Amino acid sequence: MTSRKTVLVLGGSSDIARATARAFAKAGYDVQLAGRDAAVLEPDAADLRARYNVEASRWTFDVLDTASFETFASGLPALPDVVISIVGLLGAQESAQSDLEHATTIMRSNYEGPALILGLFAEKFLARGYGTIVGVSSVAGDRGRASNYVYGSAKAGFSAFLSGLRARASRGGVHIVTVKPGFVRTKMTEGMKLIGPLTVEAQVVGDAILNAVQRRTDVVYVSGKWRLVMLIIKALPEAIFKKLKF
Amino acid sequence: MTLVSGWGRFPVVDTDVLRPRSFMAIGEAVAGASGTVARGNGRAYGDAGIGAIRTIAMTGFDRVRSFDPVTGRIRLEAGVLLSDLIDTFGPRGFLPFVVPGTRFVSVGGAIAADVHGKNHHCEGGFGRYVDSILLRTGQGEIIEASREENSDAFFATVGGMGLTGVILEATMRLRPVETGWIRERVVSTSDLGAAMRALDAGDSATYSVAWIDCVARGSELGRSLIYLGEHARAGELPDGADAFPLGKDPALAVPVDLPSITLNRYSIRAFNELYYRMGAKRAGESHRVSLFPYFFPLDSISAWNRIYGRRGFLQHQCVIPEHGARDVLGDILERVTKRGDASFLAVLKKLGQGDGILSFPMPGYTLALDFPMRGDILNFLDEIDRLVVAAGGRLYLAKDARQSRATFEAGYPALQRFKAIRKSLDLAGKIRSKLSQRLFDEVQP
Ligand SMILES: Cc1cc2nc3c(=O)[nH]c(=O)nc-3n(C[C@H](O)[C@H](O)[C@H](O)COP(=O)(O)OP(=O)(O)OC[C@H]3O[C@@H](n4cnc5c(N)ncnc54)[C@H](O)[C@@H]3O)c2cc1C
Repeated sequence: MTSRKTVLVLGGSSDIARATARAFAKAGYDVQLAGRDAAVLEPDAADLRARYNVEASRWTFDVLDTASFETFASGLPALPDVVISIVGLLGAQESAQSDLEHATTIMRSNYEGPALILGLFAEKFLARGYGTIVGVSSVAGDRGRASNYVYGSAKAGFSAFLSGLRARASRGGVHIVTVKPGFVRTKMTEGMKLIGPLTVEAQVVGDAILNAVQRRTDVVYVSGKWRLVMLIIKALPEAIFKKLKF
Repeated sequence: MTLVSGWGRFPVVDTDVLRPRSFMAIGEAVAGASGTVARGNGRAYGDAGIGAIRTIAMTGFDRVRSFDPVTGRIRLEAGVLLSDLIDTFGPRGFLPFVVPGTRFVSVGGAIAADVHGKNHHCEGGFGRYVDSILLRTGQGEIIEASREENSDAFFATVGGMGLTGVILEATMRLRPVETGWIRERVVSTSDLGAAMRALDAGDSATYSVAWIDCVARGSELGRSLIYLGEHARAGELPDGADAFPLGKDPALAVPVDLPSITLNRYSIRAFNELYYRMGAKRAGESHRVSLFPYFFPLDSISAWNRIYGRRGFLQHQCVIPEHGARDVLGDILERVTKRGDASFLAVLKKLGQGDGILSFPMPGYTLALDFPMRGDILNFLDEIDRLVVAAGGRLYLAKDARQSRATFEAGYPALQRFKAIRKSLDLAGKIRSKLSQRLFDEVQP
């Protein structure tokens, strides 16, 4: 029997995480699901076992508790082949403007925590000589917008971290993928006005992540349309951009 | 509030749409309003999946709890779509026992409508393969119901159109199959009587259905193509054939509402003529088709309901008891062809006994017709309903958007029993849909 590959999904209880875990399990990966409350991950783990006849385990992981990262990473029974961070917190821009604590939580959840944990796994992968790291960032990090720059700036930092890590790790056989979903229909975006043609289902993101890992793609805009939209938005001169209600 | 409609896009109704994330949150959603119903994937044509006040979207509940690869027994959440089950377990050798004409329906919706497939005449409906359900009643309890335990609740929920409560989970049996292929044989018949005889002769086939050219008139009235099918065994595939070809996501989509003029008597006539001739050419010999085009011919075009334009369309699906069916169906078809803006799709098939108290199927023939929503169509369908009632038949609630209380009551004599069970599960009357308000709730809004 050939030993199967393992994927670790951080931020395991989100809709994108469920979809991503399914995509990998379907492709034959055993899955380690990690989230703040490991108990709530059991139905998802059971789902993976029943559907795809793979092994699925669950682990406690809190992205804000950076002190625990080393213990968490070395506590896993096997170093996974792929690590995916789907952790993120949209937060509320308006409160974040005056509530420092809320702003800090957004920044730490989208940048500090994900970057540190993936950086840690990158070192372990480099020592081993192979592995793939996936960070789910956002198109919101491509340019700060009046309506969500606290979140966007943290995602921008995360994207920059991943691209730097990629440049270094590729020489050591470790591949880094940056995923930039646009609008995804999930509980995070519930009740928000999404632009229909630019919005995708969580499963589309999950399949895109698997695809990027298999094809060793560097940066993925989940819907191709977003690459174009962001190209235009990034190219707008600041003098014009600041006048746009965007 | 959100504007919501069924697949036929009529009626369009304002309702709160909630997406609870846990069973507990479903309970709170039911308790918090007097007039809630669950909604699966919105494939019922009319107002069945729309709550009187509040509608609970179930598609987020899509986890499989357990699966036994030896027996094919599966426990799952009610929001799992049949398309997902087929994609996931088909390659492992298991399919749902019963599938309707679209695979984009949820398990909860399939139980609630006790859906029938092309095998109803010999294998029964969806509910027959459900062993038990976990039901959140309007009363506030979560109960497990099966043929043995809480059997009243079980038989009222199968075919009960969501009106006994929210189905949270189900345990059911899947059918072991060797391949994802169907051995199909087409029979072409020259008129309605011949079509009905061909369906009778096809009684021993696992799957059978007739497509009727409802434009043909006179001596050709009811000319049709009968599709018979069997699951292909592994040994019947040529070497190297893919044992389970997967269904593709719809490649074609109808992007906008077409002006309803697109479907007129000339375009339908031309289409039907072509369709009949092509089918007749294939008649006789048996050939292999993938299960997707066989079971779900319309699924290859997403949002095809837009073909009928913004005002939507109505489906009229009745079942007529066997005795005297030939004359009644002939009468209905004649009126339809005379009208001219006939249905694009007319399907005839044989049904057996239904399992649930309100299940649509009864031994007889079922005819399904589509009509664009325009002109005096509502009056015309009332006229057809009178023929159905006189013949002792009934209309399918999952397709209905307009029948009268009288038509409904005449067709469903077990209604009183259903109401009594419903009341015992929901004294305060928390569960109500637009359909139940229209057809049988005592308290009008
Ligand atoms: C192209 C097409 C072909 C079809 N062919 C057939 C056919 O061949 N045979 C057939 O029988 N039907 C057929 N149908 C009808 C379809 O199978 C039924 O309407 C089915 O109920 C739709 O399931 P849904 O998940 O979309 O449910 P919805 O349309 O969302 O809801 C349908 C009913 O189920 C109830 N319901 C849904 N989920 C739950 C739940 N979790 N708990 C309690 N109640 C619930 C709703 O309250 C509602 O009464 C067809 C429909 C289409 C669009």
